[in-house]
Amino acid sequence: MEVDENNKKSMKIATFLSIILPGSGQFYNKQPFKGTLFLALFLLFVLEMIQFGYRALIGLVTLGITPGEDHSLFLLIEGSIQVLIIVIFLIFYFINIYDARRVATLAEKGIPINNSVKQILVNVYQNGFPYLLTFPAYVAMIFTILFPVLVTIFTAFTNYDFYHIPPANLVDWVGFDNFFNIFVLSSYRDTFISVLTWTMIWTIAATTLQIVIGMITAVVLNQKFIKGKRIFGVIFLLPWAVPAFITIMSFSNMFNDSIGAINTQVIPFLNHLPFIDIEAISWKTDPFWTKVAIILVQGWLGFPFIYVLVSGILQSIPEDLYEAAKIDGANAFQRFKTITLPSIFAIATPIFVTQYTGNFNNFTMIYLFNEGGPGSVGAGAGSTDILISWIYKLTTGTSPQYSIAATVTLVISIIVIGISLIVFKRTKAFEMED
Amino acid sequence: MKKHISPKSSRFIRIIFTYFYLILLSVMIIYPLLITASSAFKKGNLTAFDLNFQADWTLEHFRRLFTETLYGEWYFNTLMIAIVAMIVQVSVVTLAGYTYSRYRFVGRQKSLMFFLVMQMVPTTAALTAFYVMALLLGALDHGWFLTFLYIGGGIPMNTWLMKRYFDTVPLDLDESAKLDGAGHFRIFWQIVLPLVKPMIAVQALWAFMTPFGEYMLARFLLRSPENYTVAIGLQTFINNPLEQKVALFAAGAILIAVPISILFFLLQKYFVSGLTAGGTKG
Repeated sequence: MEVDENNKKSMKIATFLSIILPGSGQFYNKQPFKGTLFLALFLLFVLEMIQFGYRALIGLVTLGITPGEDHSLFLLIEGSIQVLIIVIFLIFYFINIYDARRVATLAEKGIPINNSVKQILVNVYQNGFPYLLTFPAYVAMIFTILFPVLVTIFTAFTNYDFYHIPPANLVDWVGFDNFFNIFVLSSYRDTFISVLTWTMIWTIAATTLQIVIGMITAVVLNQKFIKGKRIFGVIFLLPWAVPAFITIMSFSNMFNDSIGAINTQVIPFLNHLPFIDIEAISWKTDPFWTKVAIILVQGWLGFPFIYVLVSGILQSIPEDLYEAAKIDGANAFQRFKTITLPSIFAIATPIFVTQYTGNFNNFTMIYLFNEGGPGSVGAGAGSTDILISWIYKLTTGTSPQYSIAATVTLVISIIVIGISLIVFKRTKAFEMED
Repeated sequence: MKKHISPKSSRFIRIIFTYFYLILLSVMIIYPLLITASSAFKKGNLTAFDLNFQADWTLEHFRRLFTETLYGEWYFNTLMIAIVAMIVQVSVVTLAGYTYSRYRFVGRQKSLMFFLVMQMVPTTAALTAFYVMALLLGALDHGWFLTFLYIGGGIPMNTWLMKRYFDTVPLDLDESAKLDGAGHFRIFWQIVLPLVKPMIAVQALWAFMTPFGEYMLARFLLRSPENYTVAIGLQTFINNPLEQKVALFAAGAILIAVPISILFFLLQKYFVSGLTAGGTKG
């Protein structure tokens, strides 16, 4: 192996070279095509930094110096774009190092390296295909998810509100002031705690209700003797099939205190039944009853999805299991507990969790039913506002509090992502099949 | 106590309770839908829905909807957004899902994790960021910006679902096609794609339905009434019952709910298999 002697140190040298100057490691590996590509990317980045990036970063740090002339929002956005560009470049930079190292290692082992142009083109087509196909997804995600997240994070550390509307005024960095306001300062803190508490109660109560109704319905309808299964099946899907905003608005009208159908029709009808005597209920003006109504309506809206899901799972449980349990003397309840429930949870848990996180941010239900009202718990929030509808009000109100809204958004995101991560880790969604 | 009940009567009680539950639930579902739908055909200006079949019936509200209100324009706006969002999102998601299911490439696992984390980000909450972006792009009050947000927001979750569905198509098919000399595109287009049509249909329906049902971003970004989507447009009819436009709301709601529900029922049987495809593989 005479080549060995020649290539012994090449891995270290290739790595070192590509750290100093992207692309040079590839030239060293005698892959001029790749080397040119990485070098070009690097030069492009340097050029971009000189032309635009340098000023963008300074702008991001100062957020403008002269009011009326410097537009803080422009500077914030340009700075955010620049941060993204740097991150993307860093990814390429590490790929460059990794590639130089890998190819050099291969050469060390005496494996021949592609260096003819034709071979490389074929290689690029073969290996580059996956990247080409996923490219559009990344572009869309960067602009609609990653970038907004970055801007939100930055905004949470500024004082962007109705006192500081660019270009007439400058927006400034205020460090952790917004977080301090939310968690410590009494006016915002009380609202935040009250809204957060109701958000939690709402999420747990409404989601659990829809899961319970959905599971009961699936189990009940799965019994063999039932006639008209198809008709019931269609009826139970209706709340899912009809767009939610329509039914929520209808319910909002139906729950109206004075003219709504619940108070004028349903309750009088129920009072005809024996042992029932209910007065008209202040569904829209008493916070407690508004909360009850919202949870019930969400149960109505959300159960069909669970019902369909659980029905599918029930039908996939082999009949033998139940037969065997029967022979062993297990009663209906025991069979349900040891066979049915575990099968449901094994498959549906991650989906149940998405239902909880979905309701945590169920703006449509809260806002369309009673616009977060009635009453107020301070700082613009009504008594049935959840965090997301509070954010909406903070952003759209007559005196917008953009930075506070962004801070609450961060809090929401951390909660939702945290819970999802824990659950996905537990349910092994991360351990993919390969 | 249970032991004293004979199997026959216990079975009878079970049947009674079962039907009682099913019928009660059915009534609770049908009642609100029925009183809304029937209001669309009742003469006069209504302030609230109720169950009353003694009214005079009319199609007047549907005519008023298109002559006196901007409903036609809202419907058109929503359709445009929905169609563009559907085509773009389904294409992007199908390509990405296929790639993650079929190719092994550097950074695959890490980027798949990236999708999973992105999917957890509650994007709609980033209102301030969208506002600032729209302000700078001059995109406030424009449907295209909203369309773009709908497309991007659905990508991570749907790519993930799509990938899991592609995973259920056996790899042997690709292998044998490759042996027969089929290239990247032919394997994708002629071999695998036809087998995932159900999932594509479901994805298309979801992407199509989002603009019809989404309220928050649309309300926030669209400012002038002629640019509204149906969700925010219809809300202006019903948020103040005293304006007596409830019948108009009902008429408008029917024109949305009926076509969407039909699409929904046609594709319904694929929903669950799509959602649990990855899970059942264990």
